[in-house]
Amino acid sequence: MSGVMSEEDLALPPPIIARAGNSAATASQWRLMAWRFSRHKLAVVSLVIVVLLYLTGIFAEFLAPYSPETTRPQYTYAPPQGINLFAPSADGGWAFNFHASGYDITVDTEAMRRSFTANPDKIIPLGLFVEGQPYRLFGLIDANIHLIGATDPKEVVYLFGSDRLGRDVLSRLIHGTRISMSIGLVGVVISLVLGVFFGGISGYYGGWLDSVIQRLIEVISAMPTIPLWMGLAAAIPLTWGPIEVYFTVTAIVSLLGWTSLAREVRGRFFSLRNEDFVTAARLDGAGEMRIIFRQMLPSMTSHILAMVTLAVPAMIIAETSLSFLGVGLKPPVVSWGVLLQDAQNLRAITSAPWLLFWPALFVMIAVLSFNFLGDGLRDAADPYDS
Amino acid sequence: MTAEPDIVLSVRDLTVDFTQRQGSFRAVDGVSFDLRAGRTLGIVGESGSGKSVTARALMQLVDPPGRITSGSIRLGEIDIAQLPRRGEAIRAIRGADISMIFQEPMSSLSPVHTIGAQVMEVLELHLKLDRKAARARTIELLGQVEIPNPEQAIDRYAYEFSGGMRQRAMIAMALACNPRVLIADEPTTALDVTTQAEVLDLIGRIQRERGMAMLLITHDMGVVAETVDDVAVMYRGQVVEAGPVDQVFHGATHPYTQRLLAATLKLEQPAARPALSVVSSPILSLRNLGKTYQLGIGAFGGKAKGTLRAVDAVSLELAAGETLGIVGESGSGKTTLGRLILRTVEPTDGEVVYSPPGAAPVVVRTLDKAGLRNLYSEIRFIFQDPFASLNPRMTVRQIVGEPLLINRRGSAAEINARVSQLLELVGLDAEMMDRYPHAFSGGQRQRIGIARALALDPKVLIADEPTSALDVSIRSQILDLLIELRQRLGLSFIFISHDIGVIRYFCDRVAVMRRGRVVEVGDAQTICTSPSHPYTQALISAVPYPDPRRPRMQQRARYTETSLGVATLR
Repeated sequence: MSGVMSEEDLALPPPIIARAGNSAATASQWRLMAWRFSRHKLAVVSLVIVVLLYLTGIFAEFLAPYSPETTRPQYTYAPPQGINLFAPSADGGWAFNFHASGYDITVDTEAMRRSFTANPDKIIPLGLFVEGQPYRLFGLIDANIHLIGATDPKEVVYLFGSDRLGRDVLSRLIHGTRISMSIGLVGVVISLVLGVFFGGISGYYGGWLDSVIQRLIEVISAMPTIPLWMGLAAAIPLTWGPIEVYFTVTAIVSLLGWTSLAREVRGRFFSLRNEDFVTAARLDGAGEMRIIFRQMLPSMTSHILAMVTLAVPAMIIAETSLSFLGVGLKPPVVSWGVLLQDAQNLRAITSAPWLLFWPALFVMIAVLSFNFLGDGLRDAADPYDS
Repeated sequence: MTAEPDIVLSVRDLTVDFTQRQGSFRAVDGVSFDLRAGRTLGIVGESGSGKSVTARALMQLVDPPGRITSGSIRLGEIDIAQLPRRGEAIRAIRGADISMIFQEPMSSLSPVHTIGAQVMEVLELHLKLDRKAARARTIELLGQVEIPNPEQAIDRYAYEFSGGMRQRAMIAMALACNPRVLIADEPTTALDVTTQAEVLDLIGRIQRERGMAMLLITHDMGVVAETVDDVAVMYRGQVVEAGPVDQVFHGATHPYTQRLLAATLKLEQPAARPALSVVSSPILSLRNLGKTYQLGIGAFGGKAKGTLRAVDAVSLELAAGETLGIVGESGSGKTTLGRLILRTVEPTDGEVVYSPPGAAPVVVRTLDKAGLRNLYSEIRFIFQDPFASLNPRMTVRQIVGEPLLINRRGSAAEINARVSQLLELVGLDAEMMDRYPHAFSGGQRQRIGIARALALDPKVLIADEPTSALDVSIRSQILDLLIELRQRLGLSFIFISHDIGVIRYFCDRVAVMRRGRVVEVGDAQTICTSPSHPYTQALISAVPYPDPRRPRMQQRARYTETSLGVATLR
C-alpha cells in the first residue's frame, strides 16, 4: 500500500480549503462557520450591536441616569440637552469641562405650556460613575452609581429630552430595551420547540403523519393574528399585571407561530433523510434517536440558529406595533412600543419630536441588526457547500 | 482532410486566474492549441485539470472571480480574449460562430419552453429568420439530429425527452447557425454507454458533413481514442502533451500521460488474481426479489395512477468468497436491488436468505430490528458518493468508530486502536483521524468509507458504484485495495456498476440488468468478450476502447429496443 498518498497527490489538486495548513483539516463545523461568518462584515458589526443592546438591557439601572418613573412636572417636554466638553474658564480662555447646557424656562400662561431655551452660560457639570438615585442591580445589589449624570444630584439633565410628565426619555429607552429585547424571546423559544418537534416528526417519518401535520400547519397559518391577539388581551383577567398579560398573549400567539419554522425543519429532515451518510448510520446499526440526534440535528442546528435569529426581529416588531396599537404592553411597563405610544398625537410630534425619533431609531437599529446577523449566519450556516 | 488544414480558431498562451482571498488560483496556465476545419481536438484531463475552464474561456463564459489574464484566442481577425465579457461583440460570436454543447442535458434546456421554441430563438436572434422560416428550419435540424417525428417533437418540452434525446436537441440548437467551431464539454458523461455511442456517432457525422472544427472536452480516454483526431492532455492547468491521437496513445512521453494511459488500460482486462477455488455454497441468495413503486399518490392518499416495477423477480446467488458484479444502465434497477438486500428499501416480494458459514440461514425479510442490526454488521455497504456518504460534521475517528461504538465493540481505547488499525488497512495515515472529511480528496474519502464498512469484520460487502465518482487513476487504486482486502479478509462482494471495465477488472461473475430484470448471468470474462444476450452484446460493444488503432464503437451491435431512442412520455 505504500506510495498511495504520493500518487493521489499527483493526480489531484490539493483538497479544498487549504487554509493555514492543518488547522482547516481539523476545524470543526463551528470553527468553519466562524471563519465564514467573519467574512460578512455587516453581520459582524450587527452581532456587536445586538450584544451591546442586550448588555444595555441587563445593566439598565446602571446605564440609565434616572429611574424611568421619576416625574418632574416642572420639566414637561424638555428638549434634549447637548453635551459639551469645553467651557469658558474663569481666566477668559477655554478649559476642559464635561457639561450640559441648562435651560431658561419661560411659562406661557395663556397656552399653559412651558418653553425651554438652551442657555450656554448655564453650565451643569456632568460626570461618569456619578452618585444618583439608589437602585438594586439584578434585584440583589444595592447601588447608586450611574454611568453618566450631573455631578450635583440636585441638578437635572435630559440628554434625550423629557416626556409629557417630565420623565427622562434616555432612561426610559434604556429600560425599554430590556423589555423589548427579551419579551419576544419567550415566543421564539416556544416556536422553536414546537417547530423542531412537529417539523422533525413530519419530515422524518413522512407518510400520513406528515400529511396530517402539514394540513394542521395550513389551517393554523390561515388564522389572523392581530384580531386574535386583541381578543385574547381583552379576555385575560384585569387583575393580572401588564407583563403577565403580555407573556400569556405572546405564548398563545407563538403557539400559532411555529408553523414556518416547522416547515423549514421538515424540509431539512426530508433532504437529510435520503443523504447517504444517514443511510450509512442506519447500516451501522444506529437507532432512530441516535440517527436524529447525532447525524441529522447537528447538520441543521446552524440553520435553526439562523432562522431563530431572523424570528427575533419579527417578535420585536410585533411587540412594538401591538403596544403602539394599545393591545400589547401598557404603561407603567416601559418598552419601545409603549414609548412610541406616547408619540401618537400630533402635538408630541410637532413640539417634542424626540419622543418619536429615539424609540423609532432604536427599533430600527435592533431589527436591522438582527436581520443582518441572521443573514450572515444563514450564509455561514453550511460551510460545506462550496 | 486537406494537406494544409485551415486554422479556424487559434489559442495562444491562454491563462485564466481565479481571484481568491489568499492570492489567486491559476486554473489555466499558458495553454496553446489550434482548431482546424473538419478536425476534432480532444482535451482530456482529470477533475481539476482546467479543461472545462479552457472550453468556457473560448466563449468568454468564465464566471467571476475567474478571468482571462493573458493570451489570445484568435477567431479570424477577432481576438476573443480582448472582448468584454458582456457586450454586443461576444454575443454575436456565441451561438453563431462558436457554439457549445454542455454536459447536463437536463439543466441546459429550459423546462418552461418547448424544444422548438428554444431552437427557434437562436435562429430568430442570429439569422433574423421570421417565425415560419425558423420553424421550418428547426424541424429540419431536429431531423438531422435523428429525433424521430420532428414535426411533433418541436412542440414537446424537455421533460418529455429522455437524456439522449435532450442531448440531441441541444446539438440541434448548437448547430442552428452553422457555427464554424463546436465545443462539446463532456457531452456524453451524463448518458448511458449505449446512448453515448449514439450521440458520439451523431456528433462525429455532423462535424464531418459540415466541416466544422470541434473541441471535445472529456475525461474518458476511450471516448478520446474513438472520436478525435488530435489530443491535448491537460494536467493542473497546463497542456502536458499534445499531438495526433495515435501518437499520444502509442508514444506518450510525459509521465502523467503514461500514467493516465496505464491506469485506463489496466481496467481493460481482469485483475490478476487466483481463480476462485471450488465454488462453495452460497452465502447470500436472492429469490424472486422484486420492488414495485406506486406512482402518483397525492397529498390526500388515494389511488395510485400507476406502478413502476423497479426490480422484477431477480434470483441470484453469491458464493462465499465470490465477487458478483451487477451491471446495467441507469434505470435498470441495479441500485435498488442493492438496497433491497439490506432492506434500506423494503422489497415488495421475494426473499433474501443469508447463510453464514457454520450458522443457521437467516431470512432477511422476517428479521426484527435487533436481527437487522446483527445482519448489518455481517453485510456492509460501500457508497457511491464519497462526499455525501461521510457526515461532514464528524471527524474520521468518529465516522469509522461509529459502528464499533453502536455495536459496543470494546472500550473507548480499544475502539481507538481498532480505528487506527482500520485506517492503516485501507492505506491512510492513522494520524489523520482527527481530521474532518473536507480535508480529504475523493479517493481518500472512499478509503474512509471502506474502513467504516470493514469495521465490524463483515462477511459480505455490497458496493454500489464505489468508483464512479473518482478519476480513472484513483479508480484502479481503489479497486486494487478492494481486491487486496478481499483476499486478506475472505470477503464476498456484490459489486454494482454501470462500467463494464470496472466489472471485468474486479468481478468473477456478472449479472446484466435491464429494466428491473436480469437478462444474463455468467462468468465475467465470457460476458465481456462473448455475451450471448443481444442487449449485453449491444452494451459491451458500445463501450469506447482506449486505443485509436482498435476502435470498438464503430462496429458495435445495436439493440433495437433501446437504440431507437424513442422519447419517453411520462
